[in-house]
Amino acid sequence: MHEMTPPPGATAPVFYEREGHAHEDGGTLLGFWLYLMSDCLIFAVLFATFGVLGRNYAAGPAGADLFDLRLVLVNTGLLLLSSITYGVAMLEMDRLRVERTLRWLAITGALGAAFVGIELFEFGHLIHEGATPQRSAFLSSFFILVGTHGLHVTFGIVWLATLMAQVRRRGLVPENQRRLMCLSMFWHFLDVIWIGVFTFVYLLGAMR
Amino acid sequence: MSTLSEARLVRLPTGEGGGHGETDGGYPARGAHGTLKGYMTGFALSVVLTLIPFWLVMGDVLGDTFRTGIVVMALAAVQIVVHMIYFLHMNTRSEGGWTFIALVFTVTLVVVTLVGSIWVMYHLDQNMMPMSPHEALHKP
Repeated sequence: MHEMTPPPGATAPVFYEREGHAHEDGGTLLGFWLYLMSDCLIFAVLFATFGVLGRNYAAGPAGADLFDLRLVLVNTGLLLLSSITYGVAMLEMDRLRVERTLRWLAITGALGAAFVGIELFEFGHLIHEGATPQRSAFLSSFFILVGTHGLHVTFGIVWLATLMAQVRRRGLVPENQRRLMCLSMFWHFLDVIWIGVFTFVYLLGAMR
Repeated sequence: MSTLSEARLVRLPTGEGGGHGETDGGYPARGAHGTLKGYMTGFALSVVLTLIPFWLVMGDVLGDTFRTGIVVMALAAVQIVVHMIYFLHMNTRSEGGWTFIALVFTVTLVVVTLVGSIWVMYHLDQNMMPMSPHEALHKP
């Protein structure tokens, strides 16, 4: 009466996986999305700060005295165009066309750099006129909110240049595709934040 | 003891509502980034939704600050939704619905933060002693 040993696998439970894989990319894109959502909360706090302090001019200049809406409109156009060119770059990436992807990414980076350049010009102009962050609560909250967005775009450009070098070196391998998809979300996300900035800060601010 | 570790995972072909199809050799799913038509639709809508508020404010079309403010904010909300759908390809199914749940959670927190801060601080401000700009400037 010896104990029977079943062959391996005969009695072992078999699990059937009926659902498709939810995270085909290992969860990177979902994780990056969660990062963007936390970034969104940073901007929410900065918007709330601006909402509370945005009308405290301390007898200094108000938005209506300072803002040049034509410049803001140009900047909005640049960022919107860069969103579209990044989208086209992603479509070219889908077709695995390295050169075209790189070309559209370069255009995107140039548009982003132009955006940051105009914003720095605006900041320089404001500071030259004495509208420094120390001047009033309005200007403090203005510079921290718009500056944080500009800093994000700047880092986005650095990231873009890094990825272009990676793609040039390794081609559109799956890792690089994943990275480009993360940056794509980041870039479009910054455009969404900018909608809030030009509406709440510039348009509503310019009306008094 | 060893039987459990021998448990096998058998992949059945997915029925409806599974993932986004098989990936080939680790490449991310094809066509997950929208189409040129989708991007162009989003772009056209965004241009219109950007130009209208700038026109309203720069041309002072409505002649009333409060009304203009409401319209401008409503257009911004619409444009954010347009960007979410056409550029960020937001839907309720991607990643098993988790991106959408995270978004709903974040929007809730953003609304609480914004509305709460402005509401509370507005009432606090109203209950404070009035201060003229001159006094504010020469505060100790």
